[in-house]
Amino acid sequence: MLQTAASPSPVVPPVMTGAQPMLAISDLHAAYGQSEVLHGIDINVAPGEIVAVMGRNGMGKSTLMKTLMGIVPTKSGTITVDGTDVTTLKSHTRVAKGLAYVPQGRMIFSTMTVQENIETGLTVTGSRKVPQDLYTMFPVLLEMKGRRGGNLSGGQQQQLAIARALASNPKVLLLDEPTEGIQPSIIREMGRTLKKIRDERGLSIVVSEQVLSFAMDVADRVLVIENGAIVHESLRADIDEAQVARFLSV
Amino acid sequence: MFGDYSLADLSSIFVMQGFAGLILFSVYVLMALGLAIIFGQMGVINMAHGEFMILGAYVTYLCSTFFQTYLPSLFGGYFFVAMALAFLASGAMGMLVEWALIRHLYKRPLDTLLATWGLSLILQQAYRTIFGPREVGVELPSWMMGSIPVTDSIEVQINGLFVIAVTTVITLGVAVLIYRSRFGAQIRAVMSNRSMAGAVGIDTEKVDRTTFGLGCGIAGIAGSAFTMIGSTGPTSGQLYIVDTFLIVVFGGAASLLGTIASAFSISQTQSTLEFFLSGSMAKVLTLLAVVAILMLRPQGLFTLKVRR
Repeated sequence: MLQTAASPSPVVPPVMTGAQPMLAISDLHAAYGQSEVLHGIDINVAPGEIVAVMGRNGMGKSTLMKTLMGIVPTKSGTITVDGTDVTTLKSHTRVAKGLAYVPQGRMIFSTMTVQENIETGLTVTGSRKVPQDLYTMFPVLLEMKGRRGGNLSGGQQQQLAIARALASNPKVLLLDEPTEGIQPSIIREMGRTLKKIRDERGLSIVVSEQVLSFAMDVADRVLVIENGAIVHESLRADIDEAQVARFLSV
Repeated sequence: MFGDYSLADLSSIFVMQGFAGLILFSVYVLMALGLAIIFGQMGVINMAHGEFMILGAYVTYLCSTFFQTYLPSLFGGYFFVAMALAFLASGAMGMLVEWALIRHLYKRPLDTLLATWGLSLILQQAYRTIFGPREVGVELPSWMMGSIPVTDSIEVQINGLFVIAVTTVITLGVAVLIYRSRFGAQIRAVMSNRSMAGAVGIDTEKVDRTTFGLGCGIAGIAGSAFTMIGSTGPTSGQLYIVDTFLIVVFGGAASLLGTIASAFSISQTQSTLEFFLSGSMAKVLTLLAVVAILMLRPQGLFTLKVRR
Protein backbone atom coordinates (compact mmCIF):
# COMPACT_ATOMS: atom_id res chain seq x y z
CA MET A 1 0.00 0.00 0.00
CA LEU A 2 2.75 2.41 0.93
CA GLN A 3 4.59 2.17 -2.33
CA THR A 4 1.30 2.75 -4.12
CA ALA A 5 0.60 5.99 -2.32
CA ALA A 6 3.72 7.42 -3.84
CA SER A 7 3.05 6.08 -7.33
CA PRO A 8 2.88 8.73 -10.03
CA SER A 9 -0.45 10.04 -11.28
CA PRO A 10 -2.04 7.86 -13.98
CA VAL A 11 -0.37 7.94 -17.35
CA VAL A 12 -2.58 9.12 -20.16
CA PRO A 13 -2.35 6.50 -22.88
CA PRO A 14 -1.44 7.81 -26.32
CA VAL A 15 -4.68 6.56 -27.88
CA MET A 16 -6.58 8.84 -25.50
CA THR A 17 -5.18 12.19 -26.42
CA GLY A 18 -7.61 14.42 -28.23
CA ALA A 19 -10.38 11.86 -28.52
CA GLN A 20 -13.43 11.99 -26.30
CA PRO A 21 -13.42 8.94 -24.01
CA MET A 22 -16.07 6.31 -24.80
CA LEU A 23 -16.46 5.52 -21.11
CA ALA A 24 -15.58 8.12 -18.53
CA ILE A 25 -15.75 7.32 -14.85
CA SER A 26 -14.96 10.12 -12.48
CA ASP A 27 -14.70 10.08 -8.70
CA LEU A 28 -17.01 7.10 -8.47
CA HIS A 29 -18.10 6.08 -5.00
CA ALA A 30 -20.33 3.09 -4.37
CA ALA A 31 -21.51 1.39 -1.22
CA TYR A 32 -23.46 -1.60 0.00
CA GLY A 33 -25.69 0.06 2.58
CA GLN A 34 -23.37 2.01 4.86
CA SER A 35 -20.10 0.33 3.92
CA GLU A 36 -18.39 2.10 1.06
CA VAL A 37 -16.59 -0.22 -1.34
CA LEU A 38 -15.41 2.10 -4.10
CA HIS A 39 -13.62 5.22 -2.90
CA GLY A 40 -13.37 7.53 -5.85
CA ILE A 41 -12.51 5.68 -9.04
CA ASP A 42 -11.36 7.62 -12.11
CA ILE A 43 -11.06 5.73 -15.38
CA ASN A 44 -11.25 6.91 -18.97
CA VAL A 45 -11.56 4.37 -21.74
CA ALA A 46 -10.88 5.48 -25.30
CA PRO A 47 -12.93 4.24 -28.27
CA GLY A 48 -11.64 0.83 -29.29
CA GLU A 49 -9.46 0.46 -26.23
CA ILE A 50 -9.31 -2.70 -24.11
CA VAL A 51 -8.69 -2.00 -20.43
CA ALA A 52 -8.06 -4.73 -17.87
CA VAL A 53 -8.92 -4.00 -14.25
CA MET A 54 -6.92 -6.33 -12.06
CA GLY A 55 -7.05 -7.02 -8.37
CA ARG A 56 -7.43 -9.67 -5.74
CA ASN A 57 -10.76 -10.98 -4.49
CA GLY A 58 -12.77 -8.46 -2.54
CA MET A 59 -10.91 -5.41 -3.86
CA GLY A 60 -13.92 -4.02 -5.72
CA LYS A 61 -13.64 -5.33 -9.28
CA SER A 62 -17.12 -6.82 -9.41
CA THR A 63 -18.59 -3.92 -7.48
CA LEU A 64 -17.09 -1.56 -10.04
CA MET A 65 -18.71 -3.55 -12.86
CA LYS A 66 -22.06 -3.73 -11.08
CA THR A 67 -21.97 -0.02 -10.32
CA LEU A 68 -21.25 0.75 -13.96
CA MET A 69 -24.24 -1.40 -14.88
CA GLY A 70 -26.54 0.18 -12.30
CA ILE A 71 -27.00 -3.00 -10.29
CA VAL A 72 -25.21 -1.45 -7.30
CA PRO A 73 -26.31 2.18 -6.80
CA THR A 74 -23.79 4.97 -7.28
CA LYS A 75 -23.18 7.01 -4.13
CA SER A 76 -21.43 9.88 -5.84
CA GLY A 77 -19.38 10.60 -8.94
CA THR A 78 -20.36 10.31 -12.58
CA ILE A 79 -20.36 7.69 -15.30
CA THR A 80 -20.48 8.90 -18.89
CA VAL A 81 -20.91 6.72 -21.97
CA ASP A 82 -20.01 8.39 -25.26
CA GLY A 83 -20.81 11.79 -23.79
CA THR A 84 -24.11 10.77 -22.18
CA ASP A 85 -24.32 10.84 -18.40
CA VAL A 86 -25.78 7.51 -17.27
CA THR A 87 -25.08 7.84 -13.53
CA THR A 88 -28.71 8.04 -12.47
CA LEU A 89 -30.19 5.74 -15.12
CA LYS A 90 -31.60 2.30 -14.46
CA SER A 91 -29.81 -0.78 -15.83
CA HIS A 92 -32.00 -1.22 -18.88
CA THR A 93 -31.66 2.38 -20.01
CA ARG A 94 -27.90 2.16 -19.58
CA VAL A 95 -27.99 -0.77 -22.00
CA ALA A 96 -29.88 1.44 -24.43
CA LYS A 97 -27.14 4.08 -24.05
CA GLY A 98 -24.48 1.58 -25.07
CA LEU A 99 -23.31 -0.40 -22.06
CA ALA A 100 -23.32 -4.19 -22.14
CA TYR A 101 -22.39 -6.57 -19.38
CA VAL A 102 -21.06 -10.10 -19.11
CA PRO A 103 -21.28 -10.83 -15.39
CA GLN A 104 -19.13 -13.03 -13.23
CA GLY A 105 -20.53 -16.54 -13.31
CA ARG A 106 -22.06 -15.70 -16.72
CA MET A 107 -25.63 -15.61 -15.38
CA ILE A 108 -27.26 -16.84 -18.54
CA PHE A 109 -30.99 -17.55 -18.27
CA SER A 110 -30.67 -21.26 -17.63
CA THR A 111 -34.23 -22.34 -18.40
CA MET A 112 -34.33 -20.48 -21.73
CA THR A 113 -32.91 -21.74 -24.99
CA VAL A 114 -29.67 -20.40 -26.41
CA GLN A 115 -31.53 -18.47 -29.07
CA GLU A 116 -33.96 -16.97 -26.55
CA ASN A 117 -31.02 -15.96 -24.38
CA ILE A 118 -29.48 -14.01 -27.25
CA GLU A 119 -32.87 -12.53 -28.12
CA THR A 120 -33.21 -11.01 -24.64
CA GLY A 121 -30.17 -8.93 -25.58
CA LEU A 122 -32.05 -7.57 -28.59
CA THR A 123 -34.66 -5.86 -26.41
CA VAL A 124 -33.24 -2.36 -26.62
CA THR A 125 -32.48 -2.58 -30.34
CA GLY A 126 -36.08 -3.35 -31.27
CA SER A 127 -34.91 -5.91 -33.79
CA ARG A 128 -36.35 -9.41 -33.64
CA LYS A 129 -33.81 -11.55 -35.40
CA VAL A 130 -30.45 -12.59 -34.00
CA PRO A 131 -27.84 -10.96 -36.27
CA GLN A 132 -26.01 -13.52 -38.36
CA ASP A 133 -22.56 -12.22 -37.42
CA LEU A 134 -23.08 -13.31 -33.80
CA TYR A 135 -23.54 -16.88 -34.96
CA THR A 136 -20.57 -16.49 -37.28
CA MET A 137 -18.48 -15.39 -34.34
CA PHE A 138 -19.74 -18.19 -32.10
CA PRO A 139 -20.65 -21.08 -34.39
CA VAL A 140 -21.22 -23.40 -31.45
CA LEU A 141 -24.21 -21.27 -30.41
CA LEU A 142 -25.85 -21.82 -33.78
CA GLU A 143 -25.37 -25.54 -33.34
CA MET A 144 -26.95 -25.41 -29.89
CA LYS A 145 -29.56 -22.74 -30.46
CA GLY A 146 -32.46 -24.95 -29.38
CA ARG A 147 -30.77 -26.19 -26.20
CA ARG A 148 -31.46 -24.76 -22.79
CA GLY A 149 -28.75 -22.38 -21.68
CA GLY A 150 -28.35 -24.20 -18.39
CA ASN A 151 -27.27 -27.36 -20.16
CA LEU A 152 -24.28 -25.79 -21.91
CA SER A 153 -20.71 -26.19 -20.70
CA GLY A 154 -18.97 -23.34 -18.91
CA GLY A 155 -17.09 -22.20 -21.99
CA GLN A 156 -20.19 -22.33 -24.15
CA GLN A 157 -22.14 -20.38 -21.53
CA GLN A 158 -19.40 -17.77 -21.57
CA GLN A 159 -19.73 -17.42 -25.34
CA LEU A 160 -23.50 -17.21 -24.93
CA ALA A 161 -23.17 -14.48 -22.32
CA ILE A 162 -20.88 -12.51 -24.65
CA ALA A 163 -23.22 -12.99 -27.60
CA ARG A 164 -26.17 -11.87 -25.48
CA ALA A 165 -24.28 -8.74 -24.48
CA LEU A 166 -23.22 -8.01 -28.07
CA ALA A 167 -26.80 -8.40 -29.30
CA SER A 168 -27.64 -4.97 -27.86
CA ASN A 169 -25.02 -3.33 -30.14
CA PRO A 170 -23.02 -1.85 -27.29
CA LYS A 171 -20.38 0.85 -27.40
CA VAL A 172 -18.72 -0.41 -24.25
CA LEU A 173 -18.54 -4.07 -23.25
CA LEU A 174 -17.96 -4.90 -19.59
CA LEU A 175 -16.70 -8.36 -18.71
CA ASP A 176 -16.41 -9.45 -15.11
CA GLU A 177 -13.78 -12.17 -14.67
CA PRO A 178 -14.52 -13.94 -17.94
CA THR A 179 -11.80 -16.55 -17.36
CA GLU A 180 -13.19 -17.79 -14.08
CA GLY A 181 -13.92 -21.51 -14.24
CA ILE A 182 -12.88 -21.84 -17.88
CA GLN A 183 -10.22 -24.26 -19.05
CA PRO A 184 -6.89 -22.74 -20.19
CA SER A 185 -7.16 -23.60 -23.88
CA ILE A 186 -10.51 -21.82 -24.04
CA ILE A 187 -9.10 -18.83 -22.16
CA ARG A 188 -6.59 -18.25 -24.98
CA GLU A 189 -9.37 -18.63 -27.51
CA MET A 190 -11.43 -16.08 -25.60
CA GLY A 191 -8.58 -13.59 -25.65
CA ARG A 192 -8.52 -13.84 -29.44
CA THR A 193 -12.30 -13.48 -29.58
CA LEU A 194 -12.28 -10.32 -27.49
CA LYS A 195 -9.66 -8.69 -29.70
CA LYS A 196 -11.60 -9.76 -32.76
CA ILE A 197 -14.78 -8.21 -31.37
CA ARG A 198 -12.92 -4.99 -30.71
CA ASP A 199 -11.40 -4.96 -34.19
CA GLU A 200 -14.64 -5.78 -35.98
CA ARG A 201 -16.99 -3.58 -34.00
CA GLY A 202 -14.66 -0.90 -32.72
CA LEU A 203 -16.14 -1.03 -29.26
CA SER A 204 -14.33 -0.36 -26.00
CA ILE A 205 -13.88 -3.24 -23.60
CA VAL A 206 -13.36 -3.17 -19.86
CA VAL A 207 -12.45 -6.55 -18.43
CA SER A 208 -11.85 -7.35 -14.80
CA GLU A 209 -9.30 -10.09 -14.25
CA GLN A 210 -7.17 -12.00 -11.80
CA VAL A 211 -5.20 -13.90 -14.44
CA LEU A 212 -2.27 -11.69 -15.43
CA SER A 213 -1.34 -13.65 -18.54
CA PHE A 214 -4.84 -13.18 -19.95
CA ALA A 215 -4.80 -9.47 -19.19
CA MET A 216 -1.36 -9.15 -20.81
CA ASP A 217 -2.72 -10.95 -23.81
CA VAL A 218 -5.81 -8.83 -24.47
CA ALA A 219 -5.43 -5.46 -22.77
CA ASP A 220 -4.00 -2.23 -24.16
CA ARG A 221 -3.80 -0.89 -20.63
CA VAL A 222 -3.80 -2.54 -17.22
CA LEU A 223 -5.19 -0.98 -14.05
CA VAL A 224 -4.86 -2.42 -10.58
CA ILE A 225 -7.65 -1.89 -8.09
CA GLU A 226 -7.00 -2.32 -4.40
CA ASN A 227 -9.43 -1.61 -1.57
CA GLY A 228 -11.74 0.29 -3.86
CA ALA A 229 -9.16 2.59 -5.45
CA ILE A 230 -6.98 2.43 -8.55
CA VAL A 231 -3.43 2.04 -7.29
CA HIS A 232 -1.46 1.27 -10.42
CA GLU A 233 -1.82 1.92 -14.12
CA SER A 234 0.38 1.11 -17.07
CA LEU A 235 0.21 0.52 -20.79
CA ARG A 236 0.82 -3.02 -21.91
CA ALA A 237 4.00 -1.98 -23.67
CA ASP A 238 5.72 -0.76 -20.55
CA ILE A 239 4.09 -2.90 -17.90
CA ASP A 240 6.26 -4.16 -15.07
CA GLU A 241 4.84 -7.67 -14.74
CA ALA A 242 6.57 -8.36 -11.46
CA GLN A 243 5.07 -5.25 -9.92
CA VAL A 244 1.53 -6.08 -11.05
CA ALA A 245 1.98 -9.69 -9.94
CA ARG A 246 2.86 -8.39 -6.49
CA PHE A 247 -0.50 -6.65 -6.31
CA LEU A 248 -2.23 -9.88 -7.23
CA SER A 249 -0.35 -12.20 -4.89
CA VAL A 250 -2.12 -13.19 -1.75
CA MET B 1 -69.32 -46.57 0.37
CA PHE B 2 -69.75 -48.02 -3.10
CA GLY B 3 -72.01 -50.85 -1.88
CA ASP B 4 -75.35 -49.18 -2.59
CA TYR B 5 -74.68 -48.53 -6.26
CA SER B 6 -74.75 -50.84 -9.24
CA LEU B 7 -71.78 -50.88 -11.59
CA ALA B 8 -73.65 -48.86 -14.22
CA ASP B 9 -74.64 -46.30 -11.60
CA LEU B 10 -71.09 -46.04 -10.40
CA SER B 11 -69.65 -45.40 -13.82
CA SER B 12 -72.28 -42.73 -14.46
CA ILE B 13 -71.49 -41.16 -11.11
CA PHE B 14 -67.80 -41.10 -11.92
CA VAL B 15 -68.42 -39.52 -15.29
CA MET B 16 -70.80 -36.90 -13.92
CA GLN B 17 -68.57 -36.09 -10.97
CA GLY B 18 -65.63 -36.09 -13.32
CA PHE B 19 -67.41 -33.50 -15.41
CA ALA B 20 -68.28 -31.43 -12.37
CA GLY B 21 -64.62 -31.76 -11.46
CA LEU B 22 -63.70 -30.39 -14.88
CA ILE B 23 -65.69 -27.22 -14.23
CA LEU B 24 -63.99 -26.83 -10.86
CA PHE B 25 -60.71 -27.58 -12.63
CA SER B 26 -61.36 -24.73 -15.05
CA VAL B 27 -61.83 -22.19 -12.31
CA TYR B 28 -58.81 -23.56 -10.44
CA VAL B 29 -56.62 -23.43 -13.54
CA LEU B 30 -57.55 -19.83 -14.28
CA MET B 31 -56.93 -18.83 -10.67
CA ALA B 32 -53.71 -20.81 -10.38
CA LEU B 33 -52.31 -19.53 -13.68
CA GLY B 34 -52.41 -15.96 -12.43
CA LEU B 35 -51.06 -16.87 -9.03
CA ALA B 36 -48.28 -19.01 -10.47
CA ILE B 37 -47.16 -16.34 -12.94
CA ILE B 38 -47.06 -13.70 -10.22
CA PHE B 39 -45.36 -15.94 -7.68
CA GLY B 40 -42.94 -17.35 -10.22
CA GLN B 41 -41.86 -13.98 -11.50
CA MET B 42 -41.93 -11.72 -8.50
CA GLY B 43 -41.86 -14.11 -5.58
CA VAL B 44 -44.96 -12.30 -4.38
CA ILE B 45 -47.62 -14.45 -2.80
CA ASN B 46 -50.78 -12.60 -3.64
CA MET B 47 -53.20 -13.27 -0.79
CA ALA B 48 -55.71 -10.95 -2.44
CA HIS B 49 -55.92 -13.12 -5.54
CA GLY B 50 -59.32 -14.46 -4.51
CA GLU B 51 -60.63 -10.90 -4.24
CA PHE B 52 -59.41 -10.13 -7.76
CA MET B 53 -61.40 -13.14 -8.87
CA ILE B 54 -64.48 -11.91 -7.02
CA LEU B 55 -64.07 -8.51 -8.64
CA GLY B 56 -64.43 -10.31 -11.97
CA ALA B 57 -67.50 -12.08 -10.65
CA TYR B 58 -69.11 -8.81 -9.56
CA VAL B 59 -68.30 -7.24 -12.90
CA THR B 60 -70.06 -10.17 -14.56
CA TYR B 61 -73.02 -9.70 -12.25
CA LEU B 62 -73.21 -5.97 -13.03
CA CYS B 63 -72.91 -6.72 -16.70
CA SER B 64 -75.74 -9.23 -16.64
CA THR B 65 -77.99 -6.80 -14.78
CA PHE B 66 -77.10 -4.03 -17.21
CA PHE B 67 -77.90 -6.15 -20.25
CA GLN B 68 -81.13 -7.39 -18.69
CA THR B 69 -82.29 -3.87 -18.00
CA TYR B 70 -81.09 -1.94 -21.03
CA LEU B 71 -80.19 -4.35 -23.80
CA PRO B 72 -82.38 -7.42 -23.33
CA SER B 73 -82.14 -8.19 -27.04
CA LEU B 74 -78.37 -8.73 -26.76
CA PHE B 75 -78.57 -10.66 -23.51
CA GLY B 76 -77.46 -13.87 -25.18
CA GLY B 77 -73.99 -12.49 -25.79
CA TYR B 78 -73.47 -10.60 -22.57
CA PHE B 79 -71.12 -13.20 -21.15
CA PHE B 80 -68.40 -12.43 -23.67
CA VAL B 81 -68.59 -8.73 -22.87
CA ALA B 82 -68.60 -9.56 -19.18
CA MET B 83 -65.46 -11.68 -19.47
CA ALA B 84 -63.59 -8.99 -21.35
CA LEU B 85 -64.66 -6.36 -18.81
CA ALA B 86 -63.79 -8.66 -15.90
CA PHE B 87 -60.32 -9.13 -17.36
CA LEU B 88 -59.85 -5.40 -17.83
CA ALA B 89 -61.21 -4.45 -14.40
CA SER B 90 -59.16 -6.99 -12.45
CA GLY B 91 -56.11 -6.36 -14.62
CA ALA B 92 -56.31 -2.60 -14.14
CA MET B 93 -56.76 -2.98 -10.42
CA GLY B 94 -53.83 -5.41 -10.34
CA MET B 95 -51.58 -2.90 -12.06
CA LEU B 96 -52.73 -0.17 -9.71
CA VAL B 97 -52.01 -2.35 -6.68
CA GLU B 98 -48.59 -3.28 -8.07
CA TRP B 99 -47.77 0.38 -8.58
CA ALA B 100 -49.09 1.61 -5.26
CA LEU B 101 -48.17 -1.25 -2.97
CA ILE B 102 -46.27 -4.26 -4.23
CA ARG B 103 -43.34 -2.60 -5.99
CA HIS B 104 -42.21 -1.01 -2.74
CA LEU B 105 -42.02 -4.43 -1.12
CA TYR B 106 -40.08 -6.50 -3.67
CA LYS B 107 -37.10 -6.69 -1.34
CA ARG B 108 -39.32 -7.88 1.52
CA PRO B 109 -41.29 -10.85 0.14
CA LEU B 110 -42.79 -11.82 3.50
CA ASP B 111 -44.22 -8.35 3.91
CA THR B 112 -46.04 -8.69 0.60
CA LEU B 113 -47.88 -11.63 2.15
CA LEU B 114 -49.08 -9.40 4.95
CA ALA B 115 -49.77 -6.43 2.68
CA THR B 116 -51.82 -8.43 0.19
CA TRP B 117 -53.70 -10.10 3.01
CA GLY B 118 -54.59 -6.67 4.35
CA LEU B 119 -55.60 -5.69 0.86
CA SER B 120 -57.89 -8.71 0.66
CA LEU B 121 -59.63 -7.63 3.88
CA ILE B 122 -60.04 -4.10 2.55
CA LEU B 123 -61.47 -5.40 -0.71
CA GLN B 124 -63.86 -7.75 1.07
CA GLN B 125 -65.22 -4.89 3.14
CA ALA B 126 -65.42 -2.70 0.05
CA TYR B 127 -67.49 -5.37 -1.73
CA ARG B 128 -69.69 -5.68 1.35
CA THR B 129 -70.26 -1.93 1.40
CA ILE B 130 -70.85 -1.59 -2.34
CA PHE B 131 -72.73 -4.75 -3.21
CA GLY B 132 -74.16 -5.67 0.20
CA PRO B 133 -73.40 -8.73 2.31
CA ARG B 134 -75.87 -10.98 0.48
CA GLU B 135 -74.63 -13.23 -2.21
CA VAL B 136 -75.69 -12.41 -5.72
CA GLY B 137 -76.20 -14.72 -8.64
CA VAL B 138 -76.21 -14.02 -12.34
CA GLU B 139 -78.92 -14.86 -14.80
CA LEU B 140 -77.59 -17.11 -17.54
CA PRO B 141 -78.70 -16.54 -21.12
CA SER B 142 -81.02 -19.28 -22.28
CA TRP B 143 -78.53 -20.91 -24.64
CA MET B 144 -76.21 -21.63 -21.77
CA MET B 145 -78.83 -23.30 -19.63
CA GLY B 146 -79.82 -26.90 -19.69
CA SER B 147 -77.71 -29.89 -20.49
CA ILE B 148 -76.93 -32.32 -23.23
CA PRO B 149 -77.92 -35.91 -22.48
CA VAL B 150 -75.11 -38.27 -23.41
CA THR B 151 -76.70 -41.48 -22.15
CA ASP B 152 -79.77 -42.20 -20.01
CA SER B 153 -77.95 -41.47 -16.81
CA ILE B 154 -75.21 -39.10 -17.94
CA GLU B 155 -75.76 -35.55 -19.01
CA VAL B 156 -73.37 -32.65 -19.26
CA GLN B 157 -74.28 -29.02 -18.59
CA ILE B 158 -73.85 -26.56 -21.43
CA ASN B 159 -72.46 -23.82 -19.21
CA GLY B 160 -69.89 -26.31 -17.96
CA LEU B 161 -68.77 -27.02 -21.51
CA PHE B 162 -68.60 -23.28 -22.11
CA VAL B 163 -66.41 -22.72 -19.05
CA ILE B 164 -64.11 -25.56 -20.08
CA ALA B 165 -63.81 -24.13 -23.59
CA VAL B 166 -63.00 -20.66 -22.24
CA THR B 167 -60.36 -22.08 -19.92
CA THR B 168 -58.77 -24.05 -22.73
CA VAL B 169 -58.56 -20.99 -24.94
CA ILE B 170 -57.10 -18.82 -22.19
CA THR B 171 -54.60 -21.43 -21.07
CA LEU B 172 -53.40 -21.89 -24.62
CA GLY B 173 -53.25 -18.13 -24.99
CA VAL B 174 -51.12 -17.79 -21.86
CA ALA B 175 -48.86 -20.64 -22.97
CA VAL B 176 -48.31 -19.01 -26.36
CA LEU B 177 -47.72 -15.64 -24.72
CA ILE B 178 -45.14 -17.01 -22.30
CA TYR B 179 -43.32 -19.51 -24.49
CA ARG B 180 -43.60 -17.99 -27.95
CA SER B 181 -43.78 -14.23 -27.69
CA ARG B 182 -41.05 -11.68 -27.04
CA PHE B 183 -42.87 -10.37 -24.02
CA GLY B 184 -43.03 -13.93 -22.68
CA ALA B 185 -39.29 -14.28 -23.13
CA GLN B 186 -38.86 -11.10 -21.12
CA ILE B 187 -41.10 -12.49 -18.38
CA ARG B 188 -39.05 -15.68 -18.25
CA ALA B 189 -35.80 -13.74 -18.22
CA VAL B 190 -36.94 -11.63 -15.28
CA MET B 191 -38.20 -14.79 -13.57
CA SER B 192 -34.83 -16.43 -14.00
CA ASN B 193 -32.61 -13.54 -12.90
CA ARG B 194 -34.02 -10.11 -12.20
CA SER B 195 -30.88 -7.97 -12.06
CA MET B 196 -29.36 -9.73 -15.06
CA ALA B 197 -32.55 -9.18 -17.04
CA GLY B 198 -32.18 -5.47 -16.35
CA ALA B 199 -28.54 -5.63 -17.42
CA VAL B 200 -29.41 -7.05 -20.84
CA GLY B 201 -31.83 -4.21 -21.41
CA ILE B 202 -35.19 -5.45 -20.18
CA ASP B 203 -37.33 -2.91 -18.35
CA THR B 204 -38.03 -5.13 -15.36
CA GLU B 205 -40.43 -2.73 -13.70
CA LYS B 206 -42.65 -2.58 -16.75
CA VAL B 207 -42.55 -6.36 -17.08
CA ASP B 208 -43.47 -6.72 -13.40
CA ARG B 209 -46.42 -4.40 -13.66
CA THR B 210 -47.75 -5.99 -16.83
CA THR B 211 -47.31 -9.48 -15.43
CA PHE B 212 -49.10 -8.59 -12.22
CA GLY B 213 -51.92 -7.05 -14.21
CA LEU B 214 -52.08 -10.09 -16.48
CA GLY B 215 -52.22 -12.51 -13.53
CA CYS B 216 -54.97 -10.51 -11.85
CA GLY B 217 -56.84 -10.14 -15.15
CA ILE B 218 -56.90 -13.91 -15.58
CA ALA B 219 -58.24 -14.16 -12.04
CA GLY B 220 -60.99 -11.79 -13.16
CA ILE B 221 -61.91 -14.18 -15.96
CA ALA B 222 -61.88 -16.99 -13.41
CA GLY B 223 -64.40 -14.90 -11.46
CA SER B 224 -66.56 -14.64 -14.54
CA ALA B 225 -66.52 -18.40 -14.92
CA PHE B 226 -67.07 -18.80 -11.21
CA THR B 227 -70.47 -17.10 -11.41
CA MET B 228 -71.73 -20.19 -13.23
CA ILE B 229 -70.86 -22.64 -10.48
CA GLY B 230 -71.46 -20.57 -7.37
CA SER B 231 -73.05 -17.42 -6.11
CA THR B 232 -70.90 -14.37 -5.58
CA GLY B 233 -70.44 -12.90 -2.12
CA PRO B 234 -67.83 -10.60 -0.58
CA THR B 235 -65.91 -13.52 0.93
CA SER B 236 -66.37 -16.14 -1.80
CA GLY B 237 -62.82 -15.57 -3.01
CA GLN B 238 -61.34 -16.71 0.27
CA LEU B 239 -62.71 -20.19 -0.20
CA TYR B 240 -60.66 -20.59 -3.33
CA ILE B 241 -57.36 -19.01 -2.38
CA VAL B 242 -56.15 -21.90 -0.20
CA ASP B 243 -56.93 -24.51 -2.83
CA THR B 244 -55.25 -22.38 -5.45
CA PHE B 245 -52.08 -22.09 -3.38
CA LEU B 246 -52.13 -25.81 -2.92
CA ILE B 247 -52.30 -26.24 -6.67
CA VAL B 248 -49.42 -23.88 -7.36
CA VAL B 249 -47.17 -25.51 -4.76
CA PHE B 250 -48.18 -29.03 -5.76
CA GLY B 251 -47.60 -28.37 -9.43
CA GLY B 252 -44.13 -26.94 -8.91
CA ALA B 253 -43.88 -23.17 -9.06
CA ALA B 254 -43.11 -21.64 -12.44
CA SER B 255 -44.23 -24.66 -14.41
CA LEU B 256 -47.34 -24.09 -16.49
CA LEU B 257 -47.82 -27.77 -17.24
CA GLY B 258 -47.33 -28.67 -13.59
CA THR B 259 -49.99 -26.14 -12.57
CA ILE B 260 -52.48 -27.65 -15.00
CA ALA B 261 -51.72 -31.24 -13.99
CA SER B 262 -51.98 -30.42 -10.33
CA ALA B 263 -55.23 -28.45 -10.76
CA PHE B 264 -56.63 -31.43 -12.65
CA SER B 265 -55.69 -34.05 -10.08
CA ILE B 266 -56.80 -31.99 -7.11
CA SER B 267 -60.15 -30.93 -8.59
CA GLN B 268 -60.95 -34.44 -9.80
CA THR B 269 -60.06 -36.05 -6.49
CA GLN B 270 -62.10 -33.48 -4.63
CA SER B 271 -65.11 -33.68 -6.89
CA THR B 272 -65.26 -37.47 -6.95
CA LEU B 273 -64.72 -37.88 -3.22
CA GLU B 274 -67.32 -35.22 -2.45
CA PHE B 275 -70.05 -37.38 -3.89
CA PHE B 276 -69.32 -40.29 -1.58
CA LEU B 277 -68.08 -38.48 1.51
CA SER B 278 -68.83 -35.14 3.08
CA GLY B 279 -67.18 -32.09 1.59
CA SER B 280 -64.82 -31.59 4.49
CA MET B 281 -63.80 -35.25 4.57
CA ALA B 282 -63.02 -35.03 0.86
CA LYS B 283 -60.86 -31.99 1.53
CA VAL B 284 -59.02 -33.72 4.36
CA LEU B 285 -58.20 -36.71 2.17
CA THR B 286 -57.06 -34.48 -0.71
CA LEU B 287 -54.85 -32.46 1.61
CA LEU B 288 -53.33 -35.56 3.17
CA ALA B 289 -52.51 -36.97 -0.24
CA VAL B 290 -50.93 -33.70 -1.32
CA VAL B 291 -48.89 -33.46 1.88
CA ALA B 292 -47.66 -37.01 1.43
CA ILE B 293 -46.67 -36.42 -2.19
CA LEU B 294 -44.95 -33.15 -1.37
CA MET B 295 -42.91 -34.88 1.34
CA LEU B 296 -41.59 -37.26 -1.28
CA ARG B 297 -41.28 -34.61 -3.99
CA PRO B 298 -40.80 -31.21 -2.37
CA GLN B 299 -40.12 -29.46 -5.67
CA GLY B 300 -43.65 -30.23 -6.89
CA LEU B 301 -44.88 -32.38 -9.75
CA PHE B 302 -43.00 -30.84 -12.64
CA THR B 303 -39.62 -29.19 -12.66
CA LEU B 304 -37.14 -28.34 -15.36
CA LYS B 305 -33.90 -30.23 -15.24
CA VAL B 306 -31.07 -27.82 -15.99
CA ARG B 307 -27.81 -26.83 -14.42
CA ARG B 308 -28.38 -23.73 -12.33
